[in-house]
Amino acid sequence: MTVASYVLGIAAALLVLIIVTEMLRRRRLRERHAIWWFIAGILALVAGVFPNTLEWAARLVGVQLPTNLVFFVSIAILFLVCLQHAAELTTVEAKTRTLAEQSALQELRIRQLEQQLYGHDRLTADNRDD
Amino acid sequence: MPTPPQRTLIVMPAFNEESSVGAVVAEVFRTLPGVSCLVIDDGSSDRTARVAARAGATVAQLPYNLGVGGAMRVGFRFAVENGFHNVVQVDSDGQHDPRYVPDLLAALDTADIAIGARFAGVGSYEVKGPRRWAMSLLSVVISRIAGTELRDTTSGFKAMGPRAITLFSSNYPAEYLGDTIEALVIAARSRLRITQVPTAMRERAAGRPSHNPIKATVYLARASLALLVGLLRPATPIPGDES
Repeated sequence: MTVASYVLGIAAALLVLIIVTEMLRRRRLRERHAIWWFIAGILALVAGVFPNTLEWAARLVGVQLPTNLVFFVSIAILFLVCLQHAAELTTVEAKTRTLAEQSALQELRIRQLEQQLYGHDRLTADNRDD
Repeated sequence: MPTPPQRTLIVMPAFNEESSVGAVVAEVFRTLPGVSCLVIDDGSSDRTARVAARAGATVAQLPYNLGVGGAMRVGFRFAVENGFHNVVQVDSDGQHDPRYVPDLLAALDTADIAIGARFAGVGSYEVKGPRRWAMSLLSVVISRIAGTELRDTTSGFKAMGPRAITLFSSNYPAEYLGDTIEALVIAARSRLRITQVPTAMRERAAGRPSHNPIKATVYLARASLALLVGLLRPATPIPGDES
């Protein structure tokens, strides 16, 4: 391994950690979303600073080429993050749908009140056209 | 126990139907005196809500398009909050003839859901080719799950009794085909009784079902998915229903 590639590995890992920390600090990222990127950044940093740990871990799980372990772990983390996002998107969609339904029913009640008060409402009034 | 018409709510999901919704609402009130009619404007960009309101319907306006499933959920919640006993889903494009609504309601005496079925003997609604096979397959599978013969599982012309309304107001699928196939599976697995009533559909919307084999295959795949998801999910107990 050349010095340049050694430095590159460490710099990339540090960059990830700095970006994630900064986004957390500015409330652009919530803790539970940041956690996976933190784990990824720290793993990359450890493997970058001490390449021996990577070789040791590869031997431990029986992966012949240490780089392949890097790819495997990276893909696994990306996969989990995607799954987490899909799950949260589902929750958010369900919530917005409930809000939309509730807003429709509340809007209906407002118009019924208008009807009682003025004898017409936004939809049945003749003078307006939306 | 026949339910008075005052306790029956006609729910009409409508998406950009300004040209037909007024006439359909008027026809509902003419054929079924005493019923309430709730039009769910499903995020239309035209004057659907206005036309429906002027025709005398109660109108709930969704802020954006949710699809038939989402619109029906609003209908079920409205029915529960306002003490309606029965909900009848009718299309706003005029393909469903309100004259069949009393038949559907009569069927609710012995069932929780009555489907207005297109292939059950009345009318000439005809689908051919792959789409027909898809629909037959669905009908066979869902009939087995429901324990009764159902010829038309994707019909949007349905009457729902009190137990079905309670179940659906908290638990109605909003996905594509969820409002027909998955809803029936949910109902069957919650031990609701489902039955069918032969109805004729009018030409207008029933006129051109797609005969494109690729579309039919996609349709079958999506329908099977809806079916599978319905079966995978745990059965929902109906609140306040001990038996």
